[in-house]
Amino acid sequence: MTNQQGPAIQVNGLEKSYKELRVLRGVSFEVARGSIFALLGSNGAGKTTAVKILSTLLKADAGTARVNGFDVAAQAADVRESISLTGQFAAVDEILSGRENLVLVARLRHLKDPGGIADDLLRRFSLTEAGGRRVATYSGGMRRRLDIAMSLIGEPPVIFLDEPTTGLDPQARIEVWQAVKDLAAGGATVLLTTQYLDEAEQLADRIAILHEGRIIVNGTLAELKRLLPPAKVEYVEKQPSLEDVFLSLVGTKA
Amino acid sequence: MAKHFFGDTTVLLGRSLRHITRSPDTIITTAIMPVALMLMFVYVFGGAISTGSGTPYVNYMLPGILLITVASGIAYTAYRLFMDLQGGIFERFQSMPTARSSVLWAHVLTSLVANLVSLVVVMLVALLMGFRSAAGVPAWLAVAGILTLFTLALTWIAVIPGLTAKTMEGASAFSYPLIFLPFLSSAFVPTGTMPGPLRVFAENQPVTSIVNAVRALFAGQPVGDDIWVALAWCAGILVVAYGFAMRVYRRRIT
Ligand SMILES: Nc1ncnc2c1ncn2[C@@H]1O[C@H](COP(=O)(O)OP(=O)(O)OP(=O)(O)O)[C@@H](O)[C@H]1O
Ligand SMILES: [Mg+2]
Repeated sequence: MTNQQGPAIQVNGLEKSYKELRVLRGVSFEVARGSIFALLGSNGAGKTTAVKILSTLLKADAGTARVNGFDVAAQAADVRESISLTGQFAAVDEILSGRENLVLVARLRHLKDPGGIADDLLRRFSLTEAGGRRVATYSGGMRRRLDIAMSLIGEPPVIFLDEPTTGLDPQARIEVWQAVKDLAAGGATVLLTTQYLDEAEQLADRIAILHEGRIIVNGTLAELKRLLPPAKVEYVEKQPSLEDVFLSLVGTKA
Repeated sequence: MAKHFFGDTTVLLGRSLRHITRSPDTIITTAIMPVALMLMFVYVFGGAISTGSGTPYVNYMLPGILLITVASGIAYTAYRLFMDLQGGIFERFQSMPTARSSVLWAHVLTSLVANLVSLVVVMLVALLMGFRSAAGVPAWLAVAGILTLFTLALTWIAVIPGLTAKTMEGASAFSYPLIFLPFLSSAFVPTGTMPGPLRVFAENQPVTSIVNAVRALFAGQPVGDDIWVALAWCAGILVVAYGFAMRVYRRRIT
C-alpha cells in the first residue's frame, strides 16, 4: 500500500453540513509524506468532522479527499488499509483486558503473531502490568494510551489522532508526543487535531487553523509567527512554568 | 472485502462471547422471567386452566415459555449493539480494513448462542417440574430448527432498535410487545375460549402456529399444517427484518 506518489493527504474543497449547520465550507490542504500536520480549531470548528471524512466514517457533501493516493469516497477499502484512527473519545472494549483489546485489533488487521504485537505495545506504552486487567478498571490516561496503542497496530502509513492528549497528565502527554515523533521518524504521516497551541508547536511540521468552515492559515510555525508583528525584545527574568515545576516534582526527564 | 468476512466475523464473535461469559448474569436474567412465569402458571393458575388435552399443564405451556425466553433474550442483543455504537469501538472497527458487515453478524451469532443457552436452562427447569416428552430425535431436531429460526428472526428485529435507539431504554423497550404476544395466542389457554375478534387474532398470529407445532412435536403427535405455517412466518419475518436492518446498517456506516 505504498505504491502511491505525491502527498499523503490531499483535501480539496471539502464541504459538510449537518442539516442547516454548515460545518465545513470548502476546506483544502495537503500533508506531505512523513510529516506531522496539526489541525487547530476551537470547539465545534469541525476538526472531528474533517477527521471522520478522511477516515471514511462520514461522507462529504462536496469536494474531494485522497489519503495515501486513494479517494475516500470511491476507494474507501484501500483508504482503510492505509490509515489508523484514534478518535476524540477512547474507543476501547471495557470488558476485555488491555492485552485482549490489542490482540483483537491485531487479528482484525490480519497480522501474524497478535500476542507478540500486543506484548510489545504494552511495553512501549507502560501498560505491561495493567495488561491483564479489564479496561473498565483503567484510569483515563491509561485508557487513552491503550487507545493510541491499538491504533498503531499494523503500522499504517497515515495516522489520524483526534485530540490525542486531551485529559492526559503532563507526563503521559510527553509520552504520547514522543510516540508521535517516533511514528513520523519511522516514515508515517500524522494528522492530529488539538486545542493546545504548545502541542502544535512541539510536534507539527505544519499547522493549519480551521475557523468558520475554512482553513484560514496554513504554514510552518515560523511562517505563522511571521504573520504577527515582529517580536519586541524584552528582558524578563525567566520564571519556571507550572509545567516545569510539576514535572520536576513528579520526576520525569523532560 | 468479502475475503476476510468469515475470519473477521469469527474474531468478533469470540469477542462478544467473551462479553457474555464475563457477565453470565445476562443469561440468567433472560431465563428468570420465563421460569417465574412457568412456576406461576403451573402451580398457581394451572389447576384452574382446562386445556382439554389430558397432558400435564407444564407440557402444554412449555412451547410458549420458550418463545418468551427468546423474546426477552433479544433485548440484550439490541443492548450490546447499542453499547458498541455508544462506546466508539464500532467506529474503530468501521475505520479498519475489516469486512463491513462482520460486526453485525458477530452480534447476531452471539444472540443465537446466548439464547440457545437460556433455552436449555429453561428446558432443564421444566424437566425438574415434570415436563416429559415423547419426541424422538427427528422431532427434537425439528424443535431445535424452529427455535433457531425464530431466534434469528427476532434477532434481526432487535438489530434495528440496536442501531437506531437514542437511549439504552429505547434499545430494549421494543421487546415488551414481543414478550406479550404469546399471551394472546394458544400458548397458555386454548384459543377456543377467547371472544370473537381476539380469537381471530390469536389464531392467525405467528406465535400460535409455532406453539402448536412445537407442542405437537414434543408430544410425538403429527404436526399437520402448523409446522409449515410456523416456518413460513419465521422465514418471512426473518427476510423482512434482515432487509430492513441491513438498510439501516448501510445508512449508519456511510
Ligand atoms: N452528528 C451530528 N449531527 C449534528 N451536528 C453535528 C454532528 N456532529 C457534529 N455536529 C456539529 O458540527 C460542529 C462541528 O463538530 P466537530 O465535532 O467536528 O467539532 P470539533 O472541531 O471536533 O470540536 P471539539 O473541539 O469540541 O471536538 C459542531 O457544531 C457540532 O455540534
Ligand atoms: Mg472534536
